[in-house]
Amino acid sequence: MNPRLLPLLATTMIFLLAYAICILQFPSMLSTRVVGNLLTDNAYLGIAAIGMTVVILSGGIDLSVGSVIAFAGVFIAVMLRDTALPPLLVLALLLALTTGFGAAMGGLIHLLAMPPFIVTLAGMFLARGLAYVLSIDSVPIDDPFFKSLQGAYWLMPGKGRLHLIAGIMLASVLVGALVAHRTRFGANVMALGGGEATARLMGVPIARTTVLIYAFSGFMAGLAGIVFAIYTSAGYPLATVGVELNAIAAVVIGGTLLSGGSGYVVGTLIGVLTMGLIQTYIVFDGSLSSWWTKIVIGGLLFLFILLQKALLRLGPR
Amino acid sequence: MKRLAPQLLTLAAVIVLISLVFPGFLSVEFSNGRLVGAPIDILKRGAPVALLAIGMTLVIATRGIDLSVGAVMAICGAVAAWAIVGGHGLGAALGLALGAGMLCGIWNGLLVAAFGIQPIVATLILMVAGRGVAQLVTQGTILTFSHEGLAFLGSGSLLGVPVPALIWIAAGAVTGLIVRQTALGLLIEAVGVNPRASTLAGLNTRVLLVAVYLIAGLFAAIAGLIVTADIRGADANNTGLWLELDAILAVVIGGNSLLGGRFSILGSLLGAMIIQSINTGILLAGYPSEFNLVIKAGLVVVILMLQSPRLAQVFALPRRAPLARPKEAGE
Repeated sequence: MNPRLLPLLATTMIFLLAYAICILQFPSMLSTRVVGNLLTDNAYLGIAAIGMTVVILSGGIDLSVGSVIAFAGVFIAVMLRDTALPPLLVLALLLALTTGFGAAMGGLIHLLAMPPFIVTLAGMFLARGLAYVLSIDSVPIDDPFFKSLQGAYWLMPGKGRLHLIAGIMLASVLVGALVAHRTRFGANVMALGGGEATARLMGVPIARTTVLIYAFSGFMAGLAGIVFAIYTSAGYPLATVGVELNAIAAVVIGGTLLSGGSGYVVGTLIGVLTMGLIQTYIVFDGSLSSWWTKIVIGGLLFLFILLQKALLRLGPR
Repeated sequence: MKRLAPQLLTLAAVIVLISLVFPGFLSVEFSNGRLVGAPIDILKRGAPVALLAIGMTLVIATRGIDLSVGAVMAICGAVAAWAIVGGHGLGAALGLALGAGMLCGIWNGLLVAAFGIQPIVATLILMVAGRGVAQLVTQGTILTFSHEGLAFLGSGSLLGVPVPALIWIAAGAVTGLIVRQTALGLLIEAVGVNPRASTLAGLNTRVLLVAVYLIAGLFAAIAGLIVTADIRGADANNTGLWLELDAILAVVIGGNSLLGGRFSILGSLLGAMIIQSINTGILLAGYPSEFNLVIKAGLVVVILMLQSPRLAQVFALPRRAPLARPKEAGE
């Protein structure tokens, strides 16, 4: 068997095992209502984490996603409040903006030969700052079209609601998986993650790929921002602080190597769901304090990193 | 000195720029037994980032990175406040907080040195879990205390100079002397340049790696104590939030390469002061505070461009073949 599949397999096993334990303790967690909520509540994180997966597969990192999500929410809210533009045009404008923002960061990373860590850190300040400039208060969104997006859902068997935003997340996973694993661009990303010198020698267009990678992450962060705006029906510049960390954690738990070059987009979905499951368990339990979420996620990270380390030592790279 | 010229120039440029917008920027007065003025304020407010930057410089010199220092600050602040509130006295509070910081550093160091985990991943664990631990200590509340001894660390002054400023200057001087007057600095650089070769040359790479993360943890603990003492309360959620990013930025602005090797503690401290001058300057200049982050981002990009190895090549040596792009931080 392909040893690269082992981390993904381990992640899936741990998720199923954790879910089984949850069901044993709280049988009602098996219902499609819980599953629907799990997908809906984590939709924005999942979408952002898919963009992050592609960035990390290339050996980079994008610290700006949390700020871009907040900026997106404020942008949508302010545009819908202050202009007469149709909502769909606002969303298209926003996606063009965040994609361009990501592309600019990718361009700077390549042009300046600076580590992505520092360049996207500046991007994080900039996006958060622009969100403040647009508004320092929370801006409600009462657009009827937006309300209809929020109310849209598909009733699953067992009365669970699969909301539109959960559907967007699942579709993004599919698109992300196709892009990362079935296109030439995806192959270039993997090659870049394996090592830039080798990728260059193989004829990978480094500049174009780098720009596209961060543009993709910017697009996904913008989409996550739209989903978050639908989810909360407001734009707030202080929202989603630190989401980039959760996204990175989800990617690592999902079995992607942080050094780049190896991993699966589907794993990230399972990573996000595992983190969501911990939160759901704490809500169901009722007596555990919220800080246990962070401690358990930290413990899970530790476990998965050790596991990857062991697998790397056992199997050929 | 010549190596630090870009940093000194940047700091001078920032100060001139602020003075143009806010003329009284450089004036310092002596009133009520302490020095008062914007430069003194910068020295005081810059203390946490400066302290973190000292430890971060050593970690980055070994080609590592420590993302957990902000969370470690929160843990140590929480531990100190817990000890004071529990009536264990100032000695116990300081000892426990510094001990907790060193313990966190040893944990990071062991993950990196013994398990061979990439530093960025190894320290991410404590960054995520650390705030949970701090909240566990404070039980989710902001632990406030009234203890003059501990508060002195954050808001007191000695001979008119704020204590936090004295602490970071002393810490920087002591660390600088230790690494430069002994071979320690050279050994740290050797590990950063080539860990394998250093091991083969007889260096105890593992002990050295654990030691730099321990020092980073210790300085994070001191920074956490200062912040906690300043507000007379431990806020597990906000103490040191995102300061690890400012500290890394300070190190980079200070002219140190994220790829390890040659390092300058003085450069990083200048970097920390540049960042704090920008923060204070934006406030003094009277811009709406919403613009702070935008201006900071713009300045960071400009500073990065000035220091970029590739742009320097384009302008200075147009004919030389381009070097390979440096690998990702924390590799």
